[in-house]
Amino acid sequence: MTQQEMNVTTQTAHDSEGSVAVDSDIIMSIQDLKTWFHTDEGVVKAVDGVNINIPRGKTMCLVGESGCGKSITARSVLGLIDQPGKIEDGKVLWRETRDTEVVDLASMKPTGDAIRRIRGGQIGMVFQEPIASLSPMYTVGAQLVQAIRLHQNISADEARQRAIEQLDRVGIPQPQRRFHSYPFQLSGGMCQRVMIAIALANDPALLIADEPTTALDVTTQARILDLIAGLQEETGMSVLFITHDLGVVAEIADDVTVMYLGKVAEQGGVNDVFDSPQHPYTRALLSSIPVMGQDTKVSRLSTIKGMVPTPANRPTGCPFHDRCTEAIVGVCDTVEPAVHHVGAGQLSLCHLLDPEHQPPDSETVADDDVDPQEELAPKVDIAARTDNLDDPDRFPLLSVRDLSVDFPIKNGMFSRVTSHVHAVNKVSLDIRPGETVGLVGESGCGKTTLGRAISRALDPTSGQVLFSPDGSTQVDLATLSNRELKPYREQVRVIFQDPFASLNPRKNLLELISAPLKKIRGADNKDSSVQEKVAEMLRRVGLQPEYMFRYPHAFSGGQRQRINIARALITRPKLVIADEAVSALDVSVRAQILNLMADLQDEYDLTYLFISHDLSVVEHISERVAVMYLGEIVEEASTHELFTSPQHPYTEALMSAVPIADPHRRGSQIRVRLPDDLPDAVNPPPGCYFHTRCPHKAETLCDTDRPELHEIGDGPRRTACHWASELSLAGVASNQ
Amino acid sequence: MATTLLPDASPDASATTDLKSAKAARSGQLRLIWRRFRKHRLAMIGLVITLFLYLVVIFGDFIAPYGSGEFDADHTYAPPQAIKLVDANGDWGLHVHPLTLEQDPDTLALTFTPDEAQKVELGFFVRGSEYKLLGMISTDVHLFGATDPDARAVHLLGADRNGRDVLSRMIMGTRISMTIGLVGVSLSFVLGIIIGGISGFIGGRTDMVIQRIVEFFMAIPTMPLWLGLAAAIPRDWSPTTRYMLITVVLSFVGWTGLAREVRGRFLSLREEQFVMAARLDGASRPGLMFSEMLPSMMSHLIATATLAIPGMILAETSLSFLGLGLQAPTVSWGVLLQEAQQIRVIATAPWLLLPGLAVVIAVLALNFLGDGLRDAADPYKR
Repeated sequence: MTQQEMNVTTQTAHDSEGSVAVDSDIIMSIQDLKTWFHTDEGVVKAVDGVNINIPRGKTMCLVGESGCGKSITARSVLGLIDQPGKIEDGKVLWRETRDTEVVDLASMKPTGDAIRRIRGGQIGMVFQEPIASLSPMYTVGAQLVQAIRLHQNISADEARQRAIEQLDRVGIPQPQRRFHSYPFQLSGGMCQRVMIAIALANDPALLIADEPTTALDVTTQARILDLIAGLQEETGMSVLFITHDLGVVAEIADDVTVMYLGKVAEQGGVNDVFDSPQHPYTRALLSSIPVMGQDTKVSRLSTIKGMVPTPANRPTGCPFHDRCTEAIVGVCDTVEPAVHHVGAGQLSLCHLLDPEHQPPDSETVADDDVDPQEELAPKVDIAARTDNLDDPDRFPLLSVRDLSVDFPIKNGMFSRVTSHVHAVNKVSLDIRPGETVGLVGESGCGKTTLGRAISRALDPTSGQVLFSPDGSTQVDLATLSNRELKPYREQVRVIFQDPFASLNPRKNLLELISAPLKKIRGADNKDSSVQEKVAEMLRRVGLQPEYMFRYPHAFSGGQRQRINIARALITRPKLVIADEAVSALDVSVRAQILNLMADLQDEYDLTYLFISHDLSVVEHISERVAVMYLGEIVEEASTHELFTSPQHPYTEALMSAVPIADPHRRGSQIRVRLPDDLPDAVNPPPGCYFHTRCPHKAETLCDTDRPELHEIGDGPRRTACHWASELSLAGVASNQ
Repeated sequence: MATTLLPDASPDASATTDLKSAKAARSGQLRLIWRRFRKHRLAMIGLVITLFLYLVVIFGDFIAPYGSGEFDADHTYAPPQAIKLVDANGDWGLHVHPLTLEQDPDTLALTFTPDEAQKVELGFFVRGSEYKLLGMISTDVHLFGATDPDARAVHLLGADRNGRDVLSRMIMGTRISMTIGLVGVSLSFVLGIIIGGISGFIGGRTDMVIQRIVEFFMAIPTMPLWLGLAAAIPRDWSPTTRYMLITVVLSFVGWTGLAREVRGRFLSLREEQFVMAARLDGASRPGLMFSEMLPSMMSHLIATATLAIPGMILAETSLSFLGLGLQAPTVSWGVLLQEAQQIRVIATAPWLLLPGLAVVIAVLALNFLGDGLRDAADPYKR
């Protein structure tokens, strides 16, 4: 079989030399593409022999963790590789329509006329940061007109007309008015729509979208994905969609290419890849993401050990072998795997598919890949942790009462305060010892501000933060001065979002982790017990104690987040506020950190306030969830109840917007799509804040009366919807 | 078939475990900056020249063949002499031919011609005029010169109007020119960091007041101030003291630019997550300022200072050239250039312009050095 495969590969390579052999159903054929970067440290093979065929009119998803060469592949196709990068080898065969000649984009001069006609004309592109991709100096209309006139020979008036049509087509309300807006006057979602309008202005045959929704809120992401799908249906264009999110892949892909370290690991139809992944990397990726709405809740995610190495020190043999649980000694670490076709149209580069290496029980390996070690790990016993403390006479660990944080808006020459933004508006929330409370909401809803006010990183405007470390007395942290706060600073700790920005690059781990011991407790610099504690803590979070004298730059994102956790836990706190602690991490590393946090919770009796925009992660880790909208909590319930039967339309909309990593459930969900724009927080709408976007808005009450957060049902759950008892809203877990 | 599993690795197996990168991991920011800096070729050249210049500053008396005041009336406007290795007899040895002075009886013009028949032997570590090395050790050994202390003077770069050796005076001038700026720069540095730091860290009304003060200082024109000061300072003070005073006063005006820069950095650093993290770790306000924020911008500040020194050197040179800064008998590059003000001098003795070349080299070297430092200190630059 291997021999046969080799023949097939050489055959295609041979045919393409005549540059006519590309099937007319293939719009673009990337053949053995190699993009290398010649740096001072040596050659970095960012893309090393990638083969992708993009079928006409279909969506090809390119998926993988960061550093796998996805974006470089897309940029190579368009000739957008900067120095010191260079396309070393390979072809990018492009066939705009079935009848046109095949051209090789890779052989064109990157700055030449030929490729500039294709780039932006026949191939449109959308990038990750919509606001950064648009020039702030020109109106969106001007940029759109320019894009049109670069490729079409029409008058300025005609182009203007067409630009407004384009804006209308991508769903921008009042396109005549928006035509004159500058990018910074629009929200991120709107900007991405403008980017899509520009990309599609010349009716391209192929749209290349590089993580177009990663920087957006989940609700906006859902609408952008819908928009791309709708436009694709309308125009019949092909899409090359790059993402790291397997949920998005399951939602939109026809075909999937999984990349690892500049090479294709697996390729195939979306159902085949999700149902029977052939490559261990694909299997590991799929099992390391928490899937929303699963009935059997797993306490631990399976992980991939280690992390993606930099392309500069790619392992020999199969690039994945050093992280693979099924690697074969003497084969995987020496010989590069060949292409193996499995079934119709699915292929994988893995030695396990060689007939001579196939283990006798390969079937089970393919189906069940949970690491035995992970299975043996102690199950989180929530009951044991919370039961004995769930005593009505005792105070909750933290009870937030009517907490508000206002930010003044200054205006005029003397910076007089003209109005306030109510970032957090009279929020009340209880956290019992030992539990994990998730806090979710779109960006700008005030969840981070709430977390910071509780940790007193900023001062609340009014309200109480009642903290009760022993359950018998309460202290109001909101009113304490900085000095009085000191003893509580070690009880309430924060894990920050950005693993890079939150560690001072000029201090080594010992200094970083021991800082709270020294600053709060006044431990001595030479105290050897400090070093011992730091060493112990490092060991606990899975780092070697010898790393103590290293500086943060020597660590990867996941390791830095371990450092952050060590720094937070060194004082043995009661409450840990994790502010988007895993949002910046790759999926495989994210699973490791989530598992670590769960383990440490058991070991140190921690209570977590877990702030995240990612509902699947929140569902995985929390026992109770509070949903925030425009500075207020709109719903609070136990995780299971919230996800099976939400009682607030906003919760329902949030959940239906999350893409689920299961292509078979595509379309089975109830799709609730919210308009993009959050109302202005300075002048919130009258009545229910959510009524401007609510799909269930009733004729009365909603736009006049403010709903209070009230208890409903029998369980301790609260919602802030007038019609909660009348509405029947759909959760994610209900249909399982 | 061997289907043994590979030995299981720890979660951070692919981390930096080999020896070389382990060393790199332990190296702090300074080491990283140095590594990046070393790749910047121009900056390395700048660094070498700068170090050389400051060596000249320290050991100027030793390197210069003559003292700055030594003169030889017979050698007025003597041209540079060429060093020869082999003499007419085929004997080896560094030497120059002494100059003989002739006066044209008609035009009275003086012409120097090397006397091929004679030679003045040159050597290293020769005895000459007495001086104090590093201001302490009294000695008369010079790096090079005529082996016989009584031989006729040797002027490798020519001599000036009074027959003083240009090379020696350039070397002695380096001392003043390269150091006098440092006082001003370091003074404005301290002022800029403290005032700008307070302004950026506290913010609010304090920031407003300080910024208005900065604007006031920025509005003061420096040239008239300088002229006024030059006139106001008592004549009987030593020229160096006077100049020092002027730079000090100027640095009181010149801190404003740096203060603004520091303020801006502090304002943005204040919002950094690691600063907030340190605050939650219980760090006090001064602790945040001096142990978290200031080190983050130190490399940047050093680069700024390096770039400020050439400005001071140029200011000294131009002011002295105009007669407002240093004055003879103090020797600096600017003072030396003063002698090259007349067109006649430039026509007959162009070697008097050589101190200008020293200024250009020094300023360029410091600029390259500063640029390289700034690039190396910027963690986002690759």
